[in-house]
Amino acid sequence: MKLTGAQILVQMIKAQGVDTIFGYPGGATIDIHDELDRHDDLRHILVRHEQGAVHMADAYARAKKATGVALVTSGPGATNTVTGIASAHSDSIPMVVFTGQVPTGLIGNDAFQEVDIVGITRPCTKHNYLVKNPAKLADTIQEAFHIARSGRPGPVLVDLPKDVIQAQIEFNLPEPTQMKSYKPNYKPNKKQMAKAISMLKQTRRPVIFAGGGVILSQGAEELTQIARLANIPVTGSLMGLGAFPGSDPNWLGMLGMHGTYRANMSIGHSDLIFAVGVRFDDRVTGNIEKFAPDAKIIQIDIDPTSIHKNIEVDCPIVGDCKTALKDIYTLMEKEDPKDFQTDRTAWLARIEEWKQTTPLKYDQNYEVIKPQYVVEKLYEITRGEALVTTEVGQNQMWTAQYYHFDKPNHFITSGGLGVMGFGLPAAIGAKAAQPDKLVVNVAGDGSIQMNIQELMTAIESKLDVKIVILNNRFLGMVRQWQEFFYDKAYASTNMENAPDFVKLAEAYGAKGFKCTQPACVTETLETGLNTPGTVIMEFVVEREESVYPMVPAGGAITDMLLV
Amino acid sequence: MKINRYLLSILVDNEPGVLSRISGLFSGRGFNIDSLSVAKTTDPDVSVITMVTYCDAHIIEQIKKQLHKLINVIRVNDLTEKQYVERQLALVKVHARTEKRAEIMRIVDIFRSKIVDVGHSHFVIEVSGDSGKIEAFISLMQPVGIVEIATTGAIALGRENGK
Ligand SMILES: Cc1ncc(C[n+]2csc(CCOP(=O)(O)OP(=O)(O)O)c2C)c(N)n1
Repeated sequence: MKLTGAQILVQMIKAQGVDTIFGYPGGATIDIHDELDRHDDLRHILVRHEQGAVHMADAYARAKKATGVALVTSGPGATNTVTGIASAHSDSIPMVVFTGQVPTGLIGNDAFQEVDIVGITRPCTKHNYLVKNPAKLADTIQEAFHIARSGRPGPVLVDLPKDVIQAQIEFNLPEPTQMKSYKPNYKPNKKQMAKAISMLKQTRRPVIFAGGGVILSQGAEELTQIARLANIPVTGSLMGLGAFPGSDPNWLGMLGMHGTYRANMSIGHSDLIFAVGVRFDDRVTGNIEKFAPDAKIIQIDIDPTSIHKNIEVDCPIVGDCKTALKDIYTLMEKEDPKDFQTDRTAWLARIEEWKQTTPLKYDQNYEVIKPQYVVEKLYEITRGEALVTTEVGQNQMWTAQYYHFDKPNHFITSGGLGVMGFGLPAAIGAKAAQPDKLVVNVAGDGSIQMNIQELMTAIESKLDVKIVILNNRFLGMVRQWQEFFYDKAYASTNMENAPDFVKLAEAYGAKGFKCTQPACVTETLETGLNTPGTVIMEFVVEREESVYPMVPAGGAITDMLLV
Repeated sequence: MKINRYLLSILVDNEPGVLSRISGLFSGRGFNIDSLSVAKTTDPDVSVITMVTYCDAHIIEQIKKQLHKLINVIRVNDLTEKQYVERQLALVKVHARTEKRAEIMRIVDIFRSKIVDVGHSHFVIEVSGDSGKIEAFISLMQPVGIVEIATTGAIALGRENGK
């Protein structure tokens, strides 16, 4: 059967179990959009900026545990995706981005709206393709999905010249992808797992450190089982929040620069770190030389490059996190559980003391709203059930600290790259994946202005999201650094000139509420969350509030600035 | 840490862009490539890249893993610790003054190299060997007067019983 390239593309996307794609048309992709229009079972969400499409696909992938898909035109459409792709790459999100390209005959001729997007995105994709031969289109698309979601997941870009999209090609569904050069290893090494078991028996001061890899591999349940069996406290990276229930007494809170006191102290004093799906990012370790001086380290990761990269590891286990955790748990079950819990009392008591002496805290006894209070109330009112996205900055850290995630895939944030403007499109993508869930974006007044145009996408597509703006009239996180390290010289961080967010919401056809008093925080949240449609809730908060605790960059994580 | 010379032989898919993925991996991470040579193998779908780099043991581990992570890399073979044959080819153009000609020819002889072009004022000499031999040759030719040099990157193959 002969199909056009565009028809093949749509068939192949559907064959991957994807039901929604995020895109923006252009000359190079008209044929694809035209074809998409004929398929009711593949929803196309028209965005307002291509960066938004990619963040939406990113959050869709996380909330649906599927592969996100974005489709944009050549040239400027393609370059507009780069930030989103780089963010997904940092966070290992499975995603396929299709870009239109000028016809093959014009490639390399500086044609109108031509860019070498394969060249541009080479360092920030897991892999990318320029399809020059129509006969290879179907295979390439299938391979792209295979690569995006297997091994350590990541974004894959497929560049599609217009003539390839228009070509008439004999179409057969490709055979399952077989690659000579790419065979990710899922099976962990048995000897190393046995070694891990013996290390788990000898430890007196263990900590589990969970990262995004646990969530990506869907291993949260297995991780929780191990933690409970051996009574080990758990901390997490920003990407690991939700890998272990945030309401569990053994949850230490987040680790790192804005981690909790007890998480950082626990790691600093531990004798064994059981690290799963983490890459020991500098925001987590602080000064590497001073990181966990007494600890032996077990590290599970699907990507061998993550092991021994920043930190020397005593027991590396290369493999899928879920598989490895499951296997280790099975091994543990064969032993006497008491062997895994020897002498825990003193260690747990010490952690409890850290928790009591230096809890996360703020003081809401003033006339001005504390941003932490808004997040805490949001947690209470939504009973921790919402899918929460964030922008980047203080809003992101306060959400990580004060919204306690019990389940994986409920906290969606740009971790590795830290992209302002991520949260609103991410909320829309998450809503597309989980239409029955309440989706809330916690935003700063700076960040929300970076992709504010996506409000129209939310409204037009009926992907209702609730936006909580913590308006401190500053680029808060940068201002905080200026306060601590630049003598309060607030250069270029003043954001006093902002739009009227309530009117802005109304201009797009959303609802807007503004709250300036602590006394009306709860009511505003309740009203806003219960108002149908997309809603902005703006909270005018304390201007110079800082995120505490904090480890100054380059310091030891146990050297924290407390309130 | 101690800086060593490492020699990697990398099998890759013979596709456009593969070399730039590899070199991009190096430049993006601040690793330095000392020499690089690329050619087809008997399998038209596969190319072999021979690469020489100077770094410490920790970095070479990262390099090998990162290379392996590239989708188009089929195998990374570290020959450094093994028995291998290595060759580099250099073309060296030297001044061929009358009073120096005999000396040049003597050195060419000792190195089992070849004069491949003879002119009134210049010789072009072809010499091959491992990088040590090439360097030695060049340093002996220096006093004679080198006009221009072109060298290939190293290529290498493991020996039969090379562990
Ligand atoms: C695209 C982008 N540009 C710049 C930055 C640097 N940056 C990090 S946090 C921050 C301030 C964010 O301000 P706001 O969105 O108001 O949030 P707040 O910190 O006040 O909660 C900036 C500018 C970034 N992370 N992303």
